[in-house]
Amino acid sequence: MGYQINKTKMNTLFTDLLENYTIYAPKRFVGGGTFADTDCIRYGEISTLEEIEFSEKSDYSFKEVLLPISETLFYFTEAVMKESDPPLKEAIVFLRSCDLHSLNRLDTIYLKNGPVDPYYKRLRDHTHFILMGCENTFENCFCVSMGTNQSTNYDAYIKVTAEEVLIDSHWNLLDQALANAQPFTVVPDSVSINNISVEIPESIPQSVFDSTLWDDYTARCIACGRCTFVCPTCTCFTMQDLFYSDNGKAGERRRVWASCQVDGYTDVAGGHAFRENKGQRMRFKVMHKISDYKKRFDNQMCTGCGRCDDICPEYISFSNCINKVNALVKEENR
Amino acid sequence: MTTTNPYTPFLSEIKAVIKHTDIEYTFRMTFSGDAKPGQFFEVSLPKFGEAPISISGIGENTVDLTIRRVGKVTAEIFENYVGDSLFLRGPYGNGFSIDNYIDKEIILIAGGTGLSPVKGITDYFSAHPKKTKGFTLIAGFKSPNDVLFKADFEKWKKNLNVILTVDTPIDGYCGKSGMVTEYIPSIPVKNIDDAIGIVVGPPMMMKCTIDELLKKGFKEANIWISQERKMCCGIGKCGHCKIDDTYICLDGPVFNYTKGKFLKD
Repeated sequence: MGYQINKTKMNTLFTDLLENYTIYAPKRFVGGGTFADTDCIRYGEISTLEEIEFSEKSDYSFKEVLLPISETLFYFTEAVMKESDPPLKEAIVFLRSCDLHSLNRLDTIYLKNGPVDPYYKRLRDHTHFILMGCENTFENCFCVSMGTNQSTNYDAYIKVTAEEVLIDSHWNLLDQALANAQPFTVVPDSVSINNISVEIPESIPQSVFDSTLWDDYTARCIACGRCTFVCPTCTCFTMQDLFYSDNGKAGERRRVWASCQVDGYTDVAGGHAFRENKGQRMRFKVMHKISDYKKRFDNQMCTGCGRCDDICPEYISFSNCINKVNALVKEENR
Repeated sequence: MTTTNPYTPFLSEIKAVIKHTDIEYTFRMTFSGDAKPGQFFEVSLPKFGEAPISISGIGENTVDLTIRRVGKVTAEIFENYVGDSLFLRGPYGNGFSIDNYIDKEIILIAGGTGLSPVKGITDYFSAHPKKTKGFTLIAGFKSPNDVLFKADFEKWKKNLNVILTVDTPIDGYCGKSGMVTEYIPSIPVKNIDDAIGIVVGPPMMMKCTIDELLKKGFKEANIWISQERKMCCGIGKCGHCKIDDTYICLDGPVFNYTKGKFLKD
């Protein structure tokens, strides 16, 4: 059902929802950017419409709601091992179409690849997704090429205009809350053209793995891993145990975000590492996003949000790399 | 939690400790489920961490885990094992299927701790020598001080063809020396089209050994390998062991060479 309501009514609705839900949305952190006098837009808890940053792309994705940067799995106290408790409240997440498609990639890894991950599932099952439209493309986006520019599987779509809030609800709870609101036809805004487009080769021959194409990245990449931390489809973690410094008998087991670009990712006990070279790491990441994942699960992993390009301190462009690989494959097939 | 939690380890008692070298011990652990050679457990000490360790022996209600003191977790295990227990979860991975090797000629080549995941295969054919048409174990270690499973070697020598070699001999050592690859050409094989090669060890050793087997005429489809990678979860989530579209923890660690040769890190 579609509705049109005013902003006061929307904020009242938020207040009601906050009793049972934590609402996460992209927020502007003034002065929080990497450079002087720049802001950072990342996810945080909100309680009013005005706190949500609708006008720009968030630097970081929504994934930390479902995959916390550091998540405690167990608490240890002497001989007792206790599972961490789930959050008391359910969650509502505001996100754009590319990110809603990314949710499917997270589900695949955490619910379908091997056994169900219970820590992911307990958050996932209690999270509702609210789509934010895109009137125009942002810098570095290539969602149209990736087929992620439109979504229908949202719990609600919300658009804020100068005076009003437009809502398309697929969620009973909202329909009930908005029973007295004015019905209105609402179609989500979506882009049909980006400034950047990519063409992904159908299959990538082994020769591309050994191409000198990757040497460029060996020279430029500084292995900071930012591209993977902002990526809405990167899911890797490392297990980490710790004991409390003021009482060594108690501690916990956590999982923390890990990155295939950062030193130590492949280190096995005894010291051997499998991809020391940064070009090999770039090749590993690119192949995962545009080839390996698809071979295993039938759709592309990358959803074209372009955040990796936005964040890279060395101005390495992922979309440019995809097109370089495509050109190389075309050359080989000629 | 409604779903069973695959990250929850169970307590396993240390029944015995076999000391091979100063830094390599075998821990015999209580375990009553099914286990195959080449599978692995995530072994942990709460508050210190988890580490993937392959099964180096399967007994009645026990599994052997041969642990090398190289990391944070293993160092703690070595310090605090006495009369104690460890936490385990698993077994994970596909493991070796002995059925694939029955009634065949087999050359098994292992480098260093790479012997652990294939020790169960050697134990099996040593206990059932009639189920093979010829079994050769070539095991290489860095030096005589690094040799693992010394007592087992004595047992295996009785009914299997065993070649134990070290890269660097020391004074007083009178056994064989040199790389494992040097011994492959002279192993007699009656039916090369059907002979099985099993190779586990460090990456470079595996590459050179497989080249040597192929040179000898082994078919790619008859060569089996096991891959060692960093693994934090063992259940296809953490991503560390992924190569191409393959998760070593779910799809391996044991691969037929026809698939294994395409795995590019």
